[in-house]
Amino acid sequence: MGRITLENVTKRFGDVEVIPPLNLDINDGEFVVFVGPSGCGKSTLLRLIAGLEDTSGGRILIDGQDATSTPPAKRGLAMVFQSYALYPHMSVRKNIAFPMRMAGVPQDEQDRRIESAAKALNLTNYLDRKPGQLSGGQRQRVAIGRAIVREPSAFLFDEPLSNLDAALRVGMRLEISELHNRLETTMIYVTHDQVEAMTMADKIVVLQAGRIEQVGSPMELYRAPRNLFVAGFIGSPRMNLIDGPAAAEYDATTIGVRPEHIAVSGTEGKWKGRIGVSEHLGSDTFFYVEDTGLAETITVRAGGDIDLHHGDTVWLSPDIAQMHRFDANGDRIA
Amino acid sequence: MARAVSSRAKVGYTVAAWIVALLIFFPILYTIITSLKSEQEAIAGFDLIPSFTLESFRAVQTQNDYWKPFTNSVILSLGSTLLALIVAIPAAWAMAFSPTKRTKDILMWMLSTKMMPAVAVLVPIYLIFLRTGLMDTRIGLTVMLMLINLPIVVWMLYTYFREIPGEILEAARMDGATLRDEIVHVLTPMAVPGIASTLLLNVILAWNEAFWTIQLTTTNAAPLSAFIASFSSPQGLFWAKLSAASVLAIAPILILGWFSQKQLVRGLTFGAVK
Ligand SMILES: Nc1ncnc2c1ncn2[C@@H]1O[C@H](COP(=O)(O)OP(=O)(O)OP(=O)(O)O)[C@@H](O)[C@H]1O
Ligand SMILES: [Mg+2]
Repeated sequence: MGRITLENVTKRFGDVEVIPPLNLDINDGEFVVFVGPSGCGKSTLLRLIAGLEDTSGGRILIDGQDATSTPPAKRGLAMVFQSYALYPHMSVRKNIAFPMRMAGVPQDEQDRRIESAAKALNLTNYLDRKPGQLSGGQRQRVAIGRAIVREPSAFLFDEPLSNLDAALRVGMRLEISELHNRLETTMIYVTHDQVEAMTMADKIVVLQAGRIEQVGSPMELYRAPRNLFVAGFIGSPRMNLIDGPAAAEYDATTIGVRPEHIAVSGTEGKWKGRIGVSEHLGSDTFFYVEDTGLAETITVRAGGDIDLHHGDTVWLSPDIAQMHRFDANGDRIA
Repeated sequence: MARAVSSRAKVGYTVAAWIVALLIFFPILYTIITSLKSEQEAIAGFDLIPSFTLESFRAVQTQNDYWKPFTNSVILSLGSTLLALIVAIPAAWAMAFSPTKRTKDILMWMLSTKMMPAVAVLVPIYLIFLRTGLMDTRIGLTVMLMLINLPIVVWMLYTYFREIPGEILEAARMDGATLRDEIVHVLTPMAVPGIASTLLLNVILAWNEAFWTIQLTTTNAAPLSAFIASFSSPQGLFWAKLSAASVLAIAPILILGWFSQKQLVRGLTFGAVK
């Protein structure tokens, strides 16, 4: 079981309120991702759940039990740190065994679990090495192995992949998703990489300055961002946000159109502009269109074979059905 | 081409390093050479080839007892180091793992005491030792040496402890370790190398301490550093004997240093390299 509830949880460092009262429900077996810009309190929130920081107010419930003042060791949660935090003086085997040793798991059971974790994480050949003799990806797998073997009620990940190179990151992302499918254990995952958020999450929590801006499935956030912040944060390249007369035309202070919801034409359309940078990715082409008189640049996604280049004049037409409208407060107009 | 340059540079650096090393080592080497000369040879002038006589060593042995100051040196250096560690480990631990706003200031203040010339406090300390009957006692000198090296010991340990990442301790906590488990299974094994190098370096510092050991002892508690000094004063200078005494005094610590080179280098670089 791994149901976690935050009730009016608050955190202050000295006089600075990093997390204003915050409420959140995490269901058993859910994969929840915390995203937000740097410094918005993602790690702090995770560490509050872990018990590594004390709350300044509110309650944390784990499976219905008040765990607010339970020490981290007793919460039954496992954490994977960005820096891996392996014990440098212990072999991989001993690292993985450590939580079981602390819990007094019998030796043969320990061996069995180490074997199966090592097999699942491709670590069988490295069990007798020290962490210093492993690559970054292998170290991260050891950290995950150490978290798995204790069979926690929830896993907490704090940017576990941010020290890995791009290719490895994609691989590990898949491995963690597979792990979640197999174990069906609650996972809370902190990242500021929104591709990770979109691809892995059942539920994304978007944070800004310690406040929850929106909670929802990746597609909910993508299709119906509740405000300008979420609209700009989710989606890559980001949504085009346009103010002024062009927005007023649609009875909004700001309108948002995603790059894939704008049609490009060399002959006719609603907004006229000139192609600045164009990025040909093969499957897609991104145009950064300038001089439209709207926003600084408008990003447009087009097909891979389109034959338009830097300096060409183009006409853009937004797909009105897919347009997002926001009022003066930045909130979505239904 | 690039390779030729770099290998020539390598030879250059090697030669330069040897020259520097020899320059640094030369006084010790010349002391050893002089100790193997007779007194006449020793005052005769610069000469690298001694007559390999052991007469000075024999003279030093018969004139003064070597073993008593040797025992004193061992007791003083080990004793003061252990005392310093007992005081410094908890201090450095607290400062490294739960620092406050003042921690940096306290550390600087501790270090600043090392910047003061020792002579400045000679008189008060001399008087304290006289009045309390600590003069020329091993216990008095052990405490004195401990106090002198304490700032360095605290600093070294602090730097080592600071190197232990906090996340590892948090990981242990998440893994279900109690405070005791954390100290026994995680902190201590990670701290031991640092403590060991601190211990070694401090033993050497205490062994070589000469100012206070000479001022505060006469015969009873005098260690080897005072033993050497006793050859330089009363009946004039005897270079060969003085050198022989020095060789006898530095030999034990040189051997210790040789066998613990790796730890020592770590200690001397103050934890800057891993
Ligand atoms: N121990 C602390 N003392 C004081 N302020 C802190 C402390 N830890 C974090 N903060 C502050 O709390 C805020 C949130 O920090 P947190 O580490 O949770 O951000 P984050 O969202 O994880 O950022 P990042 O994406 O950069 O990791 C920051 O403004 C930070 O400066
Ligand atoms: Mg963080």
